[in-house]
Amino acid sequence: MVCDACQTNPATVYLTQIVEGKMQKVNLCDLCAKAKKVLDPTGFQLADLLLGLGVNTELEKPQVETAPAPVEVAMLKCPACGFTQADFKKTQRMGCSECYETFADSIMAPLRSNHKGSEHIGKLPARQFRRVEAQRRMGALQSDLAKAVKQEDYEGAAQIRDAIRQLESQLNAPRAA
Amino acid sequence: MRFSAFISGPVAARPAGTHHDIVISSRVRLARNVKAHPFPGWARKADRLAVLEVVKPAVEALPQMEDAFSEYLQDLSATEKQILVERHLISREHAAKSGGSAVVMNREQTLSIMINEEDHLRMQAIQPGFQLKTVFKSIDEVDTRLEEKLDYAFSEKLGYLTACLTNVGTGMRASAMLHLPALVLDDKVNQVIQAVNKIGLAVRGLYGEGSEAMGNLFQISNQTTLGEREEDILGRLNKVIEQIIEHELNARAALLQRKTVTLLDQVGRAFGILRHAHSITSKEALNLLSFIRLGIDLGSFPTGHRQQIDDLFTETQPAHLQRTSPTKLQAEDRDALRAETIRRKLADLPAPEPPRAAS
Repeated sequence: MVCDACQTNPATVYLTQIVEGKMQKVNLCDLCAKAKKVLDPTGFQLADLLLGLGVNTELEKPQVETAPAPVEVAMLKCPACGFTQADFKKTQRMGCSECYETFADSIMAPLRSNHKGSEHIGKLPARQFRRVEAQRRMGALQSDLAKAVKQEDYEGAAQIRDAIRQLESQLNAPRAA
Repeated sequence: MRFSAFISGPVAARPAGTHHDIVISSRVRLARNVKAHPFPGWARKADRLAVLEVVKPAVEALPQMEDAFSEYLQDLSATEKQILVERHLISREHAAKSGGSAVVMNREQTLSIMINEEDHLRMQAIQPGFQLKTVFKSIDEVDTRLEEKLDYAFSEKLGYLTACLTNVGTGMRASAMLHLPALVLDDKVNQVIQAVNKIGLAVRGLYGEGSEAMGNLFQISNQTTLGEREEDILGRLNKVIEQIIEHELNARAALLQRKTVTLLDQVGRAFGILRHAHSITSKEALNLLSFIRLGIDLGSFPTGHRQQIDDLFTETQPAHLQRTSPTKLQAEDRDALRAETIRRKLADLPAPEPPRAAS
């Protein structure tokens, strides 16, 4: 078996990691393993736990490869604020709330290792959610209305229209004091 | 309101009758960000100012902030900022900010809202004694009110989105300041700290992250913010604090029985030095005041002196001393002024009596 990184020397270091439930295997020769500091347990653990972002991808897709994928990962940049993966590694912070979408794949591992769970079950900002809920309900009512009209169920359609009007007045009501 | 008027309002303006022998204060902070604006650390100055101009008026309009002190950080002097740090009203990180950041605090100094710290909003409630749930409720109400006016950065899956991944979810950090002199004297405090760390809570010194433990004071707080409800995090923290209180009380009782002389010696020396020193460092003062506080808890001093001692913990800090002097104080001037302040304040403190059995 040859080294995944340099593709020339025989591999002597076999690394298996479970990342987000998926097994990843990397085979490296002595030189490449040293160069990537895989043999230094403290360095590796730190990178994995704290830097999280991109570390695994780097190992999986060595730089020597000419495939376009690694370039894409390295260049991953938030369209909203211009923050890059490299910036994250440097600052350990996100650039803006959109970054959570942009880097969604890479933040799950650090989130899991730092918290009790990976889903929020606490407080919701009520107003924002009232609106989201109301908008969802509005969409559902409107398709119900279209269905009722199509089926010539005018009594049902009238009821639905009343419900829509009521919801509209709620949505347009001034924000609570 | 002018800074001098705000800060000369006594810390005692904070609700009284909440004294606790071991828990000095309870604090809860929430981290929030406004949608569609980069976080302060990455934002350009124009972005930060745009957020500030939206958030500051919204905060000032809160009913809780009717009689507030509100100021841009660049309009506060270094000493003024440091006074706020010493009162735990702003973080050390926030004190280092100038243009594009602000702070809004209520008259009672129980609510403090930092704008453009690491997140757009860092709001905290702090009160004396052991009352995390009450404190949480007061900051939760502020948050609910603000949310009526501001669109927060929020994801259904990850909750409140924050600059640092360690705050995402509830954005909540709850902490209590504990006074643990007996556990320190009995060499047991490290065991407690290790046990607490193991269950995912953090123990820190007087001024939070990276600060030294002085005056036998320890801050204990939750470290995780995602995957648990606010109530559950608070419940977990409460339980652990109750256990630490139990350990401290046991250690006090054990010291009284087994090491009476050591205990009397510590309290007596603290009394002697504080009453007669003419130069004293901040660290020494805190460590000795800690033993006077313990002496009051154990009945060596009249309880009427409690507030005096608690006030001295803050008033002997460098910026608080600087405030009372018209000229810039050097370290040795400060040490002299500190000793003088303590002597004056403790002039009527009677000599310690032998402690009563711990309750």
